[in-house]
Amino acid sequence: MKSLAELKAIRDKAQANVTLRAESGASTRVLVGMATCGIAAGARPVLNTIVEEVAKRQVKDVMVTQTGCIGICQYEPIVEVVDAEGNKTTYVKVTPEKALEIVNDHIVNGNVVSKYTIGSTNL
Amino acid sequence: MFRSNVLVCGGTGCTSSHSDEIVARLNDELAKQGLSEEVNVVRTGCFGLCALGPIVIVYPEGSFYSMVTPDDVPEIVSEHLLKGRIVKRLLYKETIVDDNTTKSLNETQFYAKQKRIALRNCGVVNPEVIDEYIARDGYQALGKVLTEMTPEQVIDEILASGLRGRGGAGFPTGLKWKFARPNQADQKYVCCNADEGDPGAFMDRSVLEGDPHVVLEAMAIAGYAIGATQGYIYIRAEYPIAVDRLRIAIQQAREYGLLGKDIFGTGFDFDIDLRLGAGAFVCGEETALMTSIEGKRGEPRVRPPFPAVKGLFAKPTVLNNVETYANIPQIILNGADWFKSMGTEKSAGTKVFALGGKINNTGLVEVPMGTTLRTIVEEIGGGIPNGHKFKAAQTGGPSGGCIPEALADVEVDYDNLIAIGSMMGSGGLIVMDETTCMVDIAKFFLEFTVDESCGKCTPCRIGTKRLLEILDKITSGKGTLEDIEKAEELCEYIKANSLCGLGQTAPNPVLSTLRYYRDEYLAHVTEKKCPAGACKALLNYSIVADKCKGCTLCARNCPVGAINGKVREVHTIDVDKCVKCGVCMSNCKFGAIVKE
Repeated sequence: MKSLAELKAIRDKAQANVTLRAESGASTRVLVGMATCGIAAGARPVLNTIVEEVAKRQVKDVMVTQTGCIGICQYEPIVEVVDAEGNKTTYVKVTPEKALEIVNDHIVNGNVVSKYTIGSTNL
Repeated sequence: MFRSNVLVCGGTGCTSSHSDEIVARLNDELAKQGLSEEVNVVRTGCFGLCALGPIVIVYPEGSFYSMVTPDDVPEIVSEHLLKGRIVKRLLYKETIVDDNTTKSLNETQFYAKQKRIALRNCGVVNPEVIDEYIARDGYQALGKVLTEMTPEQVIDEILASGLRGRGGAGFPTGLKWKFARPNQADQKYVCCNADEGDPGAFMDRSVLEGDPHVVLEAMAIAGYAIGATQGYIYIRAEYPIAVDRLRIAIQQAREYGLLGKDIFGTGFDFDIDLRLGAGAFVCGEETALMTSIEGKRGEPRVRPPFPAVKGLFAKPTVLNNVETYANIPQIILNGADWFKSMGTEKSAGTKVFALGGKINNTGLVEVPMGTTLRTIVEEIGGGIPNGHKFKAAQTGGPSGGCIPEALADVEVDYDNLIAIGSMMGSGGLIVMDETTCMVDIAKFFLEFTVDESCGKCTPCRIGTKRLLEILDKITSGKGTLEDIEKAEELCEYIKANSLCGLGQTAPNPVLSTLRYYRDEYLAHVTEKKCPAGACKALLNYSIVADKCKGCTLCARNCPVGAINGKVREVHTIDVDKCVKCGVCMSNCKFGAIVKE
């Protein structure tokens, strides 16, 4: 170890995994439906993409977690974003590509990606 | 990148109840389900709630699973980690609010009033991975000290923080460093006292097992402050997990150049070696510890000269306790004022206590100084099991004293504890209920010191032995009033004349119980009775004729055949044959057997 900068580089690299372990006071929660229906429809790559993108963009105060069956299995994979006030946005039939857009537009920049929400789908 | 972290306690307590097997099963199951790349299993240090071990926490949800067995692992993996359904039956019951809601661990009674500084990384990082320590701001304090501060500034900061030695005596840490700094020598040393020997104390072990790097970092800071280049950690060989993790930590720190030559390119050299103690209690005394590191028989030396002048290998030395070191990097990073803002005026910061004895939440807690004993025992500790009453708490191990329930509202800090005849000690806190006999407890601790006295000085070697004989006499019902006076006199003599802390504090358990529970001593001597019903020699079992139905259960269970009687007739106990084991009493369905 020859400089503080070197130490800082190691810290920044290692931090993403360790911050997951605190009791997070996260203001935004991202829930991915991971029941049998969700997994069968491809929720796992979606969940992993979101986790990686959130870490890569170093977004603070966001907790990405899984949840069970929401009850509308035909629309899985489902991703719900809950903001600090408890407002919930539900995205349906999410793919890893759509997930990237959701993280970048909604979670980072605060713009809901309306084209993927449940309201814009023909029920 | 992992989406989920599974933390498994790898402290000694949970390891002895198979947490290592849980880790192995988790890795197997995750591999089977193809989740190895997504879920990270981490073996951490102690979470503190040892009574509920083995403990497994799953993040990001923060689900706190208690008393997990290896057989529960497949369910956790397939339900929680694969499908996101929390396994409710394994959750710590206090975190369950209703069917669908759990509350954060920090809101539970056990954790809510705690403030974790020395234990901040315990149960969070993997102690065997240096990167995780660095991610939690590890080695930042060392970097700051070496690049931004002079040694004098470091000492002033520690002095201003009011940090006092957590090993027991409470000497100001900054002052210790200040004394060692100006002494000129070709070599100075920094030592760490990890020879935690008090029965019932295990906070140093937990820090070393859960966060070994914090001690290395703090020792390097101390080395810079006093001008030392070599450190020694004196640790007892009975702590194999802690020894292993320290070895790994030292190796990793050397590889990163955080120990060794020219640290951070500043020209500062510092290295650390381990020395294993063979388990003599006296080696926790500073001069005996250094004599032992030198390779000699661990016996204390006369002070002065103090270690700051002439310590290890006759060179200026600073010796601090593990928990003291664990506070140092945080003080450097957050400042003396931050540290002083916690605790009481004369005892800044927090203290870790090891809760044991008759208490529900056996384990490790860290609270701000000045928290009352009642809060620690009844709120954080969860009170006394089996509906018994809180009678007293013993702090400071064999050097400390008993604090009666009546004084439980005293704010715990160094000075208050000394004022009421006990001491902080290393922080062991043994809780007693009304079935504990105070004379017997004093005898227990004295037996320990008699065993552990090194024998160098007469007051300790012979004095404690004679004192124990007097207590033996009292608990076997042969004591006289004169014996109590004699014991008191002997206590004062041992205290005043012993060479080191071991002897000087050995009579404390006797003196403090005599102070608060003199009536119990008197009952043993004058009435030949043990009020708590603990001293066997003074007990007699008898059968209440009115209540006995003559069921013969007691007679059939008596191991020595001391109970006589026929079916449906009142039974009697033959006192000469009775060995006072109590089997009859616990078997009787009619409450017909009494002891007095």
